[in-house]
Amino acid sequence: MPDPLVAQAAAELFPNGISRYAVGGLLVGLGAVVIYVGTGIPAGASTFLESTLSYVSDQSRFQRYVGSRDWRVVFTLGIVLGAAVFAATVQSGVITTSLYEPGTTGQTYELAGVTLWLTDVQPWRLFVGGVLVGIGTRIGKGCTSGHGVCGVGSASKTSLVGVATFLAVAIGTAQLVAALGVSP
Amino acid sequence: MAERHPLFMPLILVGGLIFGFGLGFSQMARPEVVLNFLTFEDFGLLFVMFGAAVVSGIAFAVMPRIRDTAPLTGDRYERRLKSFDRNVLIGGAVFGVGWGLSGICPGAAYASLGVGNVTILWAIGGMFVGAYLQGYWRSRSSARSAAPSSAD
Repeated sequence: MPDPLVAQAAAELFPNGISRYAVGGLLVGLGAVVIYVGTGIPAGASTFLESTLSYVSDQSRFQRYVGSRDWRVVFTLGIVLGAAVFAATVQSGVITTSLYEPGTTGQTYELAGVTLWLTDVQPWRLFVGGVLVGIGTRIGKGCTSGHGVCGVGSASKTSLVGVATFLAVAIGTAQLVAALGVSP
Repeated sequence: MAERHPLFMPLILVGGLIFGFGLGFSQMARPEVVLNFLTFEDFGLLFVMFGAAVVSGIAFAVMPRIRDTAPLTGDRYERRLKSFDRNVLIGGAVFGVGWGLSGICPGAAYASLGVGNVTILWAIGGMFVGAYLQGYWRSRSSARSAAPSSAD
C-alpha cells in the first residue's frame, strides 16, 4: 500500500498520534508492576472506594477491606500526586517532548505557575456516571485497572469477559448520548 | 495486623506516582479523551489499555517463575484471578453505562484531580455514593441470607 494512504488512515484513526497513549500506558503498567513485584499485590483503583468507606461506615460489606484500607489511601494519593507532577512538568511545558501531544480538549488555567486543566463535560454527567461507576465496578469485581490492566495481564477469563462487557456497553452508551445531542 | 516492611508504604506511593503520571501523560485522565475514544473519533486509548496490560502481563508471567514470594510482604506471586458469576456481567454493564455517560473511571478520576480538574469531584463524589449504595444493599442481603442458619 502506498505511504500516503497509510498516513491518511493513521491520521483518521489516531488524530492525536499514538505516542502519548503508548508512553502513558507503559507507565500505568509500570506503576502496577512496581507494586506487584514488591508486594505481590495486583492493585486496582476502585477498591479504594469501599475500603475508604470502612473508615466511616459500619456496613458489614466494607469491613473486609479494613486490612488494606491504609495502603489503598496511599496508592490513591500517589495517583493524584503523580498526575500533579505531570501537570507541573509536561502539562506546564517545563519539560517538552515530541512524545506528548497536548490536544485541544477542555480548558487550561494557571495557578502558581502551573498549567492546570478543567473538563468541559457537564457536572450532572460526571455525577450520575460516577454513581453508576461506583455501583458497577464494585458489583462487577473490578474496574479499568483491576480487570483491564491486572486481570487482562493475568489472562483471567473473568476479567476478559468483564472488560468486553463494560467496553461494549460504554461504547453503546457514549454513542447514544452523543446521538441525543448531549455535548459536552 | 502484622508489622509491615518499612518500605511497603513508600513502594505503594512510588507505584501510585508512576501510575498517576502515566494517566496524566496519556490524557486518560480527561473525560473528553475517553468519550472521543468511545465514539470512535480517536482510537489512541487502545494503546493505554493494552500497553499497560502487556507490561503487567510480563510481570505476572515472569515473577512467579523467578521468585516464590514478594520481598516486602512474603505473599506468593499469583495472577489476578476472580471467580466468574452473573455479577461480573451485571456490574460490568452498570459500570459501562456510567463510563460511557461520564468518560471517567476510578483511577483516571483520581488522576484527573491531580491535573487540576476540580470539576471531577462530582464524579468522585458520585463513585462514593454508588459504592456506598451497593455496599448497603449487599450488607442487608447477606445479613438476611445468613439469618436463618445463625438463629439460636
